[in-house]
Amino acid sequence: MSDPVTPATPTLAVRCSGITKHYGVGEAQVLALRGIDLDVRAGELLMLVGPSGCGKTTLISVIAGILDQDEGSCMLFGRDIKQFSQEERVSYRGKNIGFVFQSFNLIPTLTAAENVAIPLLINGMKMDAALVEARERLREVSLEGREESLPTQLSGGQQQRVAIARALVHKPKLVVCDEPTSALDGETGRKVMEVLKQLAVGSDRALVIVTHDSRIYDFADRIAHMEDGRIVSVDESH
Amino acid sequence: MFQIALKMLFGDRGKYFGIITGIALASLLMIQQPGILISIFSRTYSFISDVALPDIWVMDPMVKYVDDSQPMLDTELYRIRGVKGVEWAVPLYKGNQRVRLADGQLVGSNLLGLDDATLIGGPAVMLKGRLADLRLPDAVIVDEAGATGRLAKPATTPEGKPTPLQVGDILEINDKRALVVGIAQARATFQSQPIIYTTYTRATSFALSERKQLSYILVKAKSDESLQTVARRITHDTGMAARTAQEFKDMTFRYILNNTSILTNFGFVVVVGFIVGAAVTGQIFYNFTLDNLRYFAVFKAMGATDRMLRRMILLQALLVGFVGFGLGAGATALFAAATRGRAGLSMTLNWELLVGSGIAVALIVLFAALISVRKVLRLEPAVVFK
Ligand SMILES: Nc1ncnc2c1ncn2[C@@H]1O[C@H](COP(=O)(O)OP(=O)(O)OP(=O)(O)O)[C@@H](O)[C@H]1O
Ligand SMILES: [Mg+2]
Repeated sequence: MSDPVTPATPTLAVRCSGITKHYGVGEAQVLALRGIDLDVRAGELLMLVGPSGCGKTTLISVIAGILDQDEGSCMLFGRDIKQFSQEERVSYRGKNIGFVFQSFNLIPTLTAAENVAIPLLINGMKMDAALVEARERLREVSLEGREESLPTQLSGGQQQRVAIARALVHKPKLVVCDEPTSALDGETGRKVMEVLKQLAVGSDRALVIVTHDSRIYDFADRIAHMEDGRIVSVDESH
Repeated sequence: MFQIALKMLFGDRGKYFGIITGIALASLLMIQQPGILISIFSRTYSFISDVALPDIWVMDPMVKYVDDSQPMLDTELYRIRGVKGVEWAVPLYKGNQRVRLADGQLVGSNLLGLDDATLIGGPAVMLKGRLADLRLPDAVIVDEAGATGRLAKPATTPEGKPTPLQVGDILEINDKRALVVGIAQARATFQSQPIIYTTYTRATSFALSERKQLSYILVKAKSDESLQTVARRITHDTGMAARTAQEFKDMTFRYILNNTSILTNFGFVVVVGFIVGAAVTGQIFYNFTLDNLRYFAVFKAMGATDRMLRRMILLQALLVGFVGFGLGAGATALFAAATRGRAGLSMTLNWELLVGSGIAVALIVLFAALISVRKVLRLEPAVVFK
């Protein structure tokens, strides 16, 4: 299965071991993650697939540092961000994580360029400089000329490409995407994936995509299958 | 991120204008109502201000406020003149008399009888005629508000307008002829009755034969003693109440304050303005935050600190506060300008009112910001994937 030239211990972007997570209390308690062990290598595109409610979103929330697991550890590039102070963690996210959402989450009153500039502004860059960067990223996702458009003036595929530009603008080491193509038709979804794969994957950067859109499985380097809060198999090659 | 915060605010036109309007209305109520109140209160003693010359007012000890004149014996005047420290003392008649108009209608008016020799207590500004013309037979001077208002000659046709009273017109006071020889400007008074000036002697004859006619004795004190000292001495020597002009104003003001519900009524409107302003603005602002909660969560996930989010919301709140207050204060200033010098409704606009209402608006927007900040800071960033 494994490629003989791949080093035995490739640089790890994410190492999850024994992660559990529950929601609610008493009767209503749901065990969303029941002991997850998963590695994401730097430079790979890992897809997380599985039936609805199996815990995919919960898992990438933990990985992205926006949700605390109950037990187990999640190391990002060798560091356990659960051990960070609240402030350190917020700042770590701001510098190192990019987000892409199913429903885009672009701010409706801001132009495409302003939306893309947000991670840079959060990291303290001045508006003018941030907009220059943002326009550059928009060119890379083939949205030249649409920099000043409002989200409502763009198609779904265009909006998701703006969101991708926003997720990448501050050059994060890890990009997490929850169902990035589910709101798009097949053709548009594939185009968005092409852009994502081309721009987001680099030797020092990893991409984790949650999806149950089987039409895009072929973009994955590896596919982790989840069921009922567990990883049941990881397909190594494609 | 501050620019982003402002763009989020301006982008939501409906809510933005809603909040601004709410704050503008609250500011308007909170400036205008006390402004009108101050104006009304200053009218209670405007007559004392108009009679500028004397330092001390001597009156019957029973007098409670300026319009409550109780007659004294004419002989009191001579006793007062004999008190040490009194430079001069002149009589003043002040009473309500009914004036009969040409069509027979009776109009309650404030009749003022000025010292025959000096005419002290007369109007400061004559619009038509001369004050000295009061020495002509049957002469009276009418204030402008009265001449154009209640004392105006009724219209001859149903659609016609009343004709203002003019110099040369004849009035009837208690069946006695009165000839208008002048029109004067007087400060609007609390009761807003027409004011009719005449001489002391003629006033007592208009007022029919009452033995006691002397309402006030106006006193100028010699300059080598304090007004209070002279006033206390007058009281001690004659048993009459003697008050400096300022003391008499304060007493009149306090009497009206304590014996009417004006303060309560206006105070109520101000409190309602504040509460409605806070509730409406707080509510719309909070809704605005709720509408954007999803985006605040996205900012949080993307690394926005609590401090940054708090400042963004505070900036939004302060901005709507400034703009809303500016509009409200501006509208009030226009109202104040439009009603300046009017006999009817008018208001006073001073810096204390602006500072006070500014602080109230600041409290309103800080409250709005506070509830919104609480909501945003409690937000779990994990909701971004929901
Ligand atoms: N905030 C929450 N409170 C309570 N239960 C939750 C919460 N979020 C998720 N769950 C439950 O946890 C389980 C896993 O949810 P999760 O959203 O991770 O699933 P998912 O694999 O992303 O599903 P889908 O494909 O439908 O998005 C589900 O049973 C869900 O109902
Ligand atoms: Mg999900």
